[in-house]
Amino acid sequence: MDRIPILKFGNALLVTIQVDMHDRLATALEEDLTSRIVSNNARGVLIDISALEVVDSFIGRMLDNIAAVSRILDADTVVVGMRPAVAITLVELGLSLTGVKTALNVERGMAMIHDRLAGSEADDADDED
Amino acid sequence: MPTTKTERLGIKISDDVVRVRQLTRMLSVEVGLGLVDQTKVVTAASELARNTLDYGGGGEVIAEIVEQGGRRGVRLTFEDKGPGIADIEQALKDGFTSGRGMGLGLGGAKRLCNEFSIVSAPGTGTKVTIARWK
Amino acid sequence: MAAQAGSDVASLVSNNEKTILPEWVELQKKAGILHTGRISEGELQAQSKNFLHLLHEALTQGGTDTTGAAFEPARGMLADLSRSRAQQGFSPSETATFIFSLKRPLFNALNRDNTLSAEQIASTVWTSTALLDELGLFTLEIFQKSREEVIVRQQREIAELSTPVVKLWEGILALPLIGTLDSQRTQVVMENLLQTIVDSEAEIAIIDITGVPTVDTLTAQHLLKTVAAARLMGADCLISGIRPQIAQTMVHLGVELNVISKASLADAFAVALRQTGRAVVKTKRIEGFALPEKKSGGQGA
Repeated sequence: MDRIPILKFGNALLVTIQVDMHDRLATALEEDLTSRIVSNNARGVLIDISALEVVDSFIGRMLDNIAAVSRILDADTVVVGMRPAVAITLVELGLSLTGVKTALNVERGMAMIHDRLAGSEADDADDED
Repeated sequence: MPTTKTERLGIKISDDVVRVRQLTRMLSVEVGLGLVDQTKVVTAASELARNTLDYGGGGEVIAEIVEQGGRRGVRLTFEDKGPGIADIEQALKDGFTSGRGMGLGLGGAKRLCNEFSIVSAPGTGTKVTIARWK
Repeated sequence: MAAQAGSDVASLVSNNEKTILPEWVELQKKAGILHTGRISEGELQAQSKNFLHLLHEALTQGGTDTTGAAFEPARGMLADLSRSRAQQGFSPSETATFIFSLKRPLFNALNRDNTLSAEQIASTVWTSTALLDELGLFTLEIFQKSREEVIVRQQREIAELSTPVVKLWEGILALPLIGTLDSQRTQVVMENLLQTIVDSEAEIAIIDITGVPTVDTLTAQHLLKTVAAARLMGADCLISGIRPQIAQTMVHLGVELNVISKASLADAFAVALRQTGRAVVKTKRIEGFALPEKKSGGQGA
């Protein structure tokens, strides 16, 4: 079965979804990401959906789940590049994905993850004092 | 309501949901729906196709281009011979689910379309019709 | 019968084309068509001649059924004429006069023809009246339709014009809404804003509703949906200029604004600058006595 590739960028993982996903592919991605967060000790997950023309409740739920799971594993999930038509449709559908962080593009998303890491490292430093 | 084009597609496996999305997209473009309306009707189709597969045990969709009073639109009819729905009103409420979804399928699909109708009874299967007009 | 009546009218037209055309054009001129300044005499002449020709052909081929295939070219020509006149700003009667003023020259020609019996004249009068009435109404219908098309196009243009998205700073957009927000307009606004967010990679959008007189349940919901959709794309929205009544409406609707709202656009802009890590700094101290003498002398306060 095909799988969506997960790239590693420093301590973040990057997933670019470029195909119209069927449900099993989405479920597989959720599982793969969860294990990769642990095995790579990732602190952030970027999911680029700028190529997706449709996000229905199933994919929405997948994004929500990934965000929730990564939170438990101390990683931030940022969904980037959602198209306007997709955003309008998701809101109309009743899915506002309040648990998911968002950014306009990969660059901004990466900056968000780094900001948080810098913040937490500063906290750690404070603790040591 | 005259129909100018009809396509049928079986919904038997998870890949068929993707095919329903693609077919709906193609017809929406042909009718000339705007990008947002296209996305809405394709998303609604995706929800309903998944319902047909997961709760109806598979079925089929009839996708049509229809015309009425000079307006063109896309109409989709999802049919299955599954267990049917006992309480339709309940099923249309957000958050209601008997399966693994988020419970936004039926109610959500209704909000994304101009027309929505559902015929179902326990034991006879379910038929959902939606339409989106230009 | 109909075919007979049609060919009677047809021969009437073809036998008298030389007299009918100038008389008809003259009548149209008398009705003041040239005074509108929207059409030249040459054009009028050409249009009239062309139509008379098409009418004759239709009558010879297909009798008097104006909806039939034989009348297709004549109807097409009339439709073009109505459409262009509607766009040029002709009035409905100025447009319909084109057809209705053809009646008199036709009847004059009939009168001059002394080979016809009284019955023949009566039946030809009846047929041509019915025929021209139908064509006249057709002209008006097309005219009406074209005007409606113009209105729809203008509405769309107004909708687009009335929702400008302006860039306040790098990454900061403002959407100053003015006038009543119905669902359809809100839809346009929403799409427009979200697309501009993508195009300009904006982080923050300020929706200013100072110019919005009322916000009903639906509008409030649309605004909140816009905010939610922008958030999904990774941009924050601020709402500014909420007037007291509108704030009350929102509270009464039980609408919880999960969004920063500020009284004025200036306040919201300050928040936006702060959120994007910027600040406005005064570079010069402005003091009363430092003003040029001319001005301070004239103030007298």
